[in-house]
Amino acid sequence: MTRRSLRFATPIAALVLLAFVPTFGFGLGSLLPGPLSSPGTLQLFAVCLIFAGVALSYDLLFGFTGLLSFGHALYFAAGAYVSDIAVTRWHWSFAAACLVTAAVGLVLPLVVGAISLRTSGIAFAMVTLAFAQAGAILVQKNPRSWTGGDEGLGYDYTRVPAAFVGVFNTRNLYWLALGYAACVVAIVAWAVRSSPGRVWQAIRENERRIEVLGLRTRSYKLLAFVLGSFLATGGGVVYMLTVNGADPSVTTPDFTLTLLVMVVLGGTGTLWGPVIGGALYWYANQRLIAVGGSHAIQSLPGVLRTPLSQPLFVLGTLFILAVFFLPGGLVGLGTRGRAGRAARGSTGPSVEEGA
Amino acid sequence: MSTFVLLTITGLGLGAMYFLVASGLSLIYGLMGVLNFAHGAFLTVGAYATWFTESKLGGISSVGLRFAVASIIGLAAGALFAAVVELVLIRPLYLRHIEQVLVTVGLSLATIALVQGIWGSDARIYETPAWFHGTTDLAGTHIPNDRWLDIGAAVLVLAGLKVFLRSTRYGLIIRAGVENRAMVTALGIDVRRAFTLVFAIGGVAAALAGILSGVYFTSVDPARGTSLLIFAFIVVVIGGLGSLTGSAVASVVVGLSQQYVNYYSTGLGDLSVVLLLALVLLVRPATLAGRTA
Repeated sequence: MTRRSLRFATPIAALVLLAFVPTFGFGLGSLLPGPLSSPGTLQLFAVCLIFAGVALSYDLLFGFTGLLSFGHALYFAAGAYVSDIAVTRWHWSFAAACLVTAAVGLVLPLVVGAISLRTSGIAFAMVTLAFAQAGAILVQKNPRSWTGGDEGLGYDYTRVPAAFVGVFNTRNLYWLALGYAACVVAIVAWAVRSSPGRVWQAIRENERRIEVLGLRTRSYKLLAFVLGSFLATGGGVVYMLTVNGADPSVTTPDFTLTLLVMVVLGGTGTLWGPVIGGALYWYANQRLIAVGGSHAIQSLPGVLRTPLSQPLFVLGTLFILAVFFLPGGLVGLGTRGRAGRAARGSTGPSVEEGA
Repeated sequence: MSTFVLLTITGLGLGAMYFLVASGLSLIYGLMGVLNFAHGAFLTVGAYATWFTESKLGGISSVGLRFAVASIIGLAAGALFAAVVELVLIRPLYLRHIEQVLVTVGLSLATIALVQGIWGSDARIYETPAWFHGTTDLAGTHIPNDRWLDIGAAVLVLAGLKVFLRSTRYGLIIRAGVENRAMVTALGIDVRRAFTLVFAIGGVAAALAGILSGVYFTSVDPARGTSLLIFAFIVVVIGGLGSLTGSAVASVVVGLSQQYVNYYSTGLGDLSVVLLLALVLLVRPATLAGRTA
């Protein structure tokens, strides 16, 4: 009984603590752009929390089901762009926009997943990448000037709930993002313990064996694909509110690769790894940009300065090192000593060769 | 009619570039089971090495000679970079395919960020011989000469690779390795040396694609590798993973359909390629099983 209540106690305590962050007036020096309660810090934290949730939704596919998708950006971008276009270009109410976004968030992965899951392994990765690229191109082409092309699409603030508009309401956005991340954690935790969730993990370990047992693995994989994508679409809506619109950077293949980096850095196939990885990655990415422009870095000789002022270079290198020396990610670091979990040696599921 | 000819030749030129990228990807995947995300970085390294060398060769007055020397350096840089990547990053993770993909992902992010950090994200202009900018008259239309260069290079690479795979000892090892790697190893042949070789070949082909894309677009920028890589992925999937001939046919189909659709609709060529991929998947999922044709 105590172990069970402990399992819930720590996350709930963390949630409560995080919920009170907007009331903390102190800062952490140069670690943060300002005091904890300042809009700048809360905005940074809000995006960190969104990416924590989206990274976990990606882990549902990659870590728990063994589906290496390179197209997760498509569903996040669909959430941001569809909701934004609905309120800004079609002048719909926010509730109606959310409804149509939810519909897109279900139908789009259902169609794309049904087609892509005809392949498996590496071919699946390439095919999902191609579909995501189609989405990126569509946003770029700016049909009927709906998407705003390269410049992105700022939202129409009169159509969005007033509680989420303006600098003073950044704390509400923070709570919204916190709520989103908590929901994703709760849903994924419940889903992977459910009966289909156990099948997902079995598919990751040995798909052929599950087929031999008489289960249609494709339906189960499609279920995981749709659920993970739908959760990402929700994150896209919260992101749209937090950054006041949609921008094309979230449609690119690089964005999916970023999610992959978050998941692997945090710990593949775990609940908390991607959450920590997603939040830390975004924090590091943003702070490295600030630090890269700081006096300490700028005064270094060019050989050191150029690489260190590029966050993606630093994070990409860290990622390679993590794959080599930190299998199991940051979470694996904490659990490595414990007996019984030592078996979690590899960083990811095995994808069978196509042959 | 003349527009159609121009579209066809341009489509073939684009397809040639896709093929150059796809051939290396396909060989690497066929032999080692590695999806090489860093292939775009090979392309970028080759293209930037060429541009950089050319800008340092002010002493040579002939543009043609300067470009030729720079291209050779660029190709060598691509090969060297690819071989080092295989030796240092891919080999220690032998047979752990997911980790290998992850490492190439990290490498591609880091390399492109580094290039951007050193030379900025703006396009760098290629200085090329005057002949490349000229046109040839064919069927009543002016065809830019660099299209012939693209097509010729791709045909040469395809023929060269075919001959290499058919009639050399290493070609034999690579073909056997694609078929059954475990058996080749069991026969006492060090198949890993072929891995490095295949990476180096892929690096040269990708660098060549990078240089040709520099000629085609008259400049090179850090994002070029990624954008070409995605179409190369589509080509590899449509052509069948691990099949060189399949990649060649698929790259022609993709390049042509992109050009035609782009012209006869309002710029939907890129989307049509993805649609084509979906269609191939729906009709013939079996071609994607990773078999060699």
